[in-house]
Amino acid sequence: MTAETLAQVVVSGLLTGMIYALIAAGLSLIFGLMDVVNFAHGEFLMTAMYATFVLYITLSIDPLFLLPMVAVFLFAIGVVVYRVLIVRALSVKVNSGMVQIFATFGLGIFLRGIAQFVFSPDFKSLRGTMLSDKTVSVLGVFMPLPQLAASLVCVVAFIGLWLLTTKTHFGRALEATREDSEAVALIGVDRHFIFAMGWGIGAATVGVAGVMLSTFYYISPGVGVTFALIAYVVVALGGFGSLPGALVAGLAIGLVEALTTLLIPPSLKQVGVFGLYLLVLFVRPRGLFGNL
Amino acid sequence: MATFSMPASLPAGLDLGERRRRRQALSGLVVLAILLVLPLGIGDVYVRNILILTLMYTALSQAWNILGGYCGQISLGHALYFGIGAYVSTLLFTKFGVPPMLGMVAAGFVAALIALVVSWPCFRLSGHYYAIATIVIAEIVYLLFLNWDWVGGALGINVPFRGESWVSFQFRTAKLPYYYAFLGLAAVLWLASYWIENSKWGFYWRAVKDNPIAAQSLGVRLFRSKMVAAAASAFFTGIGGSFYAQFVAYIDPDSMMNAQLSILICLPAVLGGIGTLWGPAVGAAVLIPLTEVTRSYIGGSGSGTDLILYGVLIMAVATLKPEGLTGLFRIDGRIKPAAAPATGPSGSTHAA
Repeated sequence: MTAETLAQVVVSGLLTGMIYALIAAGLSLIFGLMDVVNFAHGEFLMTAMYATFVLYITLSIDPLFLLPMVAVFLFAIGVVVYRVLIVRALSVKVNSGMVQIFATFGLGIFLRGIAQFVFSPDFKSLRGTMLSDKTVSVLGVFMPLPQLAASLVCVVAFIGLWLLTTKTHFGRALEATREDSEAVALIGVDRHFIFAMGWGIGAATVGVAGVMLSTFYYISPGVGVTFALIAYVVVALGGFGSLPGALVAGLAIGLVEALTTLLIPPSLKQVGVFGLYLLVLFVRPRGLFGNL
Repeated sequence: MATFSMPASLPAGLDLGERRRRRQALSGLVVLAILLVLPLGIGDVYVRNILILTLMYTALSQAWNILGGYCGQISLGHALYFGIGAYVSTLLFTKFGVPPMLGMVAAGFVAALIALVVSWPCFRLSGHYYAIATIVIAEIVYLLFLNWDWVGGALGINVPFRGESWVSFQFRTAKLPYYYAFLGLAAVLWLASYWIENSKWGFYWRAVKDNPIAAQSLGVRLFRSKMVAAAASAFFTGIGGSFYAQFVAYIDPDSMMNAQLSILICLPAVLGGIGTLWGPAVGAAVLIPLTEVTRSYIGGSGSGTDLILYGVLIMAVATLKPEGLTGLFRIDGRIKPAAAPATGPSGSTHAA
């Protein structure tokens, strides 16, 4: 194996890892805020990809310019899901452990069914976008333009998320609600509003990832399942609720996945990633950046 | 008035548990008697097939209920044990000539063993952490089987026909023996659940589910209790898998281990009432015929209507009726045991 091949593999692993990181960031945000795992996270991604597909076909606007529209759409979905489903699931007194898992799990299955009903199980893809079929070469390493653009958008989104959660008044309210949602009610913060915003932002984040992913990945009702599993692994690895953790773990997972393809058949590449997850479970059940 | 009725109702309340057990045993016998004669009156192949599937998912969900319901550890990867069961009995049959009747016992034990190995790291996790781990592990094994040539890879294995008999558990013309086999499995699991509800393990598991820390302080060994539940649950799920392999006579990772199957295994229990005696059976009796009928009226399984149906049912039950459908009829009465005015010997009804 030459150094060039290795550089190529490392770069493509990091590019994929950025997408993984952003998908996981939304999941981690919601989890950190209210200790609820969104089992429909992959289906949020899938919804964003189909939204991009429909808007691209009907309006013929390039996916890059669809970013704000899809993000707002997913934000609305996140808020509605919180207000209609999650609030009810959290107020249930009997079997609450089961309810918290199955409420979003059921939502995921429902969304997958809707997608299959409307769009059929066939794979779809976006053709002829601004980014399609172009590659960039830097120091002899080839990078497909869609993946490169996706990574850059993810970096920007991460910076935005970080600024939002650490530098704004809203971010402080978010942090306070995460610390003690009962206490913030006493100082006039509406925790349901904050939780709904958290769901909205988490969904919008995965919406951005979905738009960029749809420029180079096929779209199908089940596409979210694989990415959601990787997102859970990223979040488990980086620590539930930790944004920097999601970034580092996402990149690490992308890298591991790319490197395992050098050793074992590509159809087994996820086994390496999932194996790494199990290893982390053994060593650090709360992840690398997770606080106990 | 209220103070006087207290001591009088206390022994009646204790008595209630015993009476409820007797009523449940009686209802079990009645349902079994009906199910024994039911297929004799139904010749239609399509309807018989639905009955067989309903009994199978009843059995599988009862097995899942041991771990997920009574012990409260929500596994979303039970297709793993089902698939292992199917593969063990089939491989023993095709590669070593072991008759499936013996093979299915081995299938149960291998599935239980794998459950113990898998659960070792997983039981350090709780709640949704545990649920995610079960999905990931099932996915790993699915991917490995998909790429493992010795077990047929993605192409799968055809189970060769060696003549109709109970030893090889193969019946080509009539599907009735499979009906009775699955009925037997469901009945055994019903009895097991009936026994669990009043046994030491049943009390341990429910304590682990409701309040692990309190349970531990009272001397329940958490880890060991969960491991026993996992092994028992996987044992029966594995046997169910080997039954199904003989029933369809063809296995591959997609039909025996996919994630959809994991959903179908836990869904009847969730729907009917998680951690209840009749929950899985009621859930399967509603869900499976409903799925099959929608499928044949609205279109093939590719149309997604079955997924929409599952999704809506799960969300509705989880948020509106978390104790499950049996809670509607109070079949089990475990959640509100006091609501039984008719059982009082005399005149106690107008106290309410």
